[in-house]
Amino acid sequence: MTDMLTPVLTDNWGADRSWTLEAYEARGGYQALTKALAMAQDDIITAVKDSGLRGRGGAGFPTGMKWGFIPQDNPNPKYLVVNADESEPGTCKDIPLMMASPHTLLEGVIISSFAIRAHHAFIYVRGEVLHVIRRLQHAVQEAYLAGHLGKNIHGTGYDLDVVIHAGAGAYICGEETALLDSLEGRRGQPRLRPPFPAVAGLYASPTVINNVESIASVPSIIANGPEWFSGMGTERSKGYGIFSLSGHVTNPGQFEAPLGITLRELIDLAGGMRHGNRLKFWTPGGSSTGILTDEHLDVPLDFEGVAAAGSMLGTRALQLFDETTCVVRATLRWTEFYKHESCGKCTPCREGTWWLVQVLSRLEKGEGSEADLDQLLDQCDNILGRSFCALADGAVGPIESSIRFFRDEYLAHLSGGGCPFDPAASTLFAPAGAHA
Amino acid sequence: MTEPTEGLVAAKSSESERRTLDPTTMAELREIVARYPQPRSGLLPMLHLVQSAEGRITPEGIEACAEVLGITAAEVSGVATFYTMYKRRPVGDYHVGVCTNTLCAVMGGDAIFERLKEHLDVGNDETAPRRDGDEATVSLEHIECNAACDYAPVMTVNWEFMDNQTPDSATQLVDDLRAGNEVHSTRGPKLCTWREAERVLAGFNDGLADQGPSAGPASLVGRNIAHERGWTAPEAEQKPADKPVLETPPADKPAAEKPAATKKAGGKQGGTR
Repeated sequence: MTDMLTPVLTDNWGADRSWTLEAYEARGGYQALTKALAMAQDDIITAVKDSGLRGRGGAGFPTGMKWGFIPQDNPNPKYLVVNADESEPGTCKDIPLMMASPHTLLEGVIISSFAIRAHHAFIYVRGEVLHVIRRLQHAVQEAYLAGHLGKNIHGTGYDLDVVIHAGAGAYICGEETALLDSLEGRRGQPRLRPPFPAVAGLYASPTVINNVESIASVPSIIANGPEWFSGMGTERSKGYGIFSLSGHVTNPGQFEAPLGITLRELIDLAGGMRHGNRLKFWTPGGSSTGILTDEHLDVPLDFEGVAAAGSMLGTRALQLFDETTCVVRATLRWTEFYKHESCGKCTPCREGTWWLVQVLSRLEKGEGSEADLDQLLDQCDNILGRSFCALADGAVGPIESSIRFFRDEYLAHLSGGGCPFDPAASTLFAPAGAHA
Repeated sequence: MTEPTEGLVAAKSSESERRTLDPTTMAELREIVARYPQPRSGLLPMLHLVQSAEGRITPEGIEACAEVLGITAAEVSGVATFYTMYKRRPVGDYHVGVCTNTLCAVMGGDAIFERLKEHLDVGNDETAPRRDGDEATVSLEHIECNAACDYAPVMTVNWEFMDNQTPDSATQLVDDLRAGNEVHSTRGPKLCTWREAERVLAGFNDGLADQGPSAGPASLVGRNIAHERGWTAPEAEQKPADKPVLETPPADKPAAEKPAATKKAGGKQGGTR
């Protein structure tokens, strides 16, 4: 029986000077790289496939399969790009990982690049996290000096250069093809697929794009074997993952556990809801995954379990809201976010998110009528699945799910002529017992 | 949407008496380009460097990027206007961000932002005027989710984390910044200026990586519970075939010759329990 929490990536986060090469190597760091460099490259890809690792950036696509799509007979250079543009509301796992242990990611980058035969790798990190960028830059510098990067790595003849690339503030650049355009020095706007990045990605060359946590998981898989990894988790959602609890919980934070743990278990570990309040609604994996309620506390948090409950596992960004929170206010704010971050390329998204905000704003103020709810759902229907990327699909998620679970609360705004909640009661600095 | 024109205007005025960036900055722009297989990939860090050197994205900075990359000023402007971190108007020495995305807003971000607007007498994305005796200026912006939700309500100063804020702590913070008092990030170093921060984003490290903790308290909640209760990932099965590999690091790599040859990356025998 596997323990309830299984710290692997988070295990060294509290260690003294954990971000340094010295501290990382003192715990066995870069031994997986040594092992990998002695393996056949295809065997590394096979090991990652066999581990069952699925992308930790939200979509859950099998990582090893992605690597296998790289056409090795393509004469162009191959590239590895790490998506470190962590921006999905609620998601806060990659940033602490890179701050505390940038070498975990870097070791994964080197192993993964070697496996796909890339000699250039990029870590595209959002620009708004200055200290994380410092730590990454410093780690790359250390790795070059130690011979883990550069020419003839570990004397094997393998060469790799890594560039830390800071973004400039655009949620859309977390979308993999927008990220590539941004990395090419353009506006970050998604590309039409196919061709997929594996065939024509960065500079129209074969490119693997993976999330930070996916790549950071690779050294542990190589060191301990694919069976070790697949021995954790559930039937189709293997391994461990970082679950991020935020909001109205007593001790918010990061919890690394096998996929399949439940929110009930996680809230219990986090000391329960604050002041003993009741959980009202939550996102399983960021704001783009439809909200769930306290009826879903025992849903296994794996890809299949959350999908069966009508949402998505996403990035395991569990934002928890208690009964002091107005669901209409929360939904409107997320919708304003999507409107702000729409890149403007596709009409249904650019215009649609604007209209969603118009209708929701009226509802939140208690204006409009019940027919506006159906209008809103009709707009969602016209937006979902009609753009190049999933940004607008994400915008639809909280609206549809909040109307499904809390239609009465929308109506209460109309009958009461405005929001019935006191926003002060939901703040962190509200005294216990403050209620709407 | 007027900004693309700004670049074009600069292009036209260049015939007369256009100011150029200093030679050091021009050399550093070329240095950025050299990091990439294709030059244009350098544009985002180049624009960060322009902000560091110029205090904002200036027409001259746009011209300089265009010249170095061999593209038009309009193309550079098109990129500069897409990203929210690029500022066409000067920001303060300390650019203060308040997260007002849903979770932080609910947890108090809205109240903090309202208080700061009132306290500084500014609107969104505006710089408070320098008062007599102020050592530094402060600008205010509401920001989107900054990936620190377990520290809500979250603020940033020059893109350093200021975790778990309240309206009172936020007003104290901006007062300290304006007075020139030393302020540290809750998870990082003493705050540098916005222009210094932009230089790091351009890829020029300032040597401050070793400051601040490994992680803030919230990042360690689950890990500490696991350590207290003795919970770990399962032990990997020792495969005999692994050992020779781990025990024969290349001779010229002393760093890899740690004695802990049986330890697994992320395995059970963590050195800091």
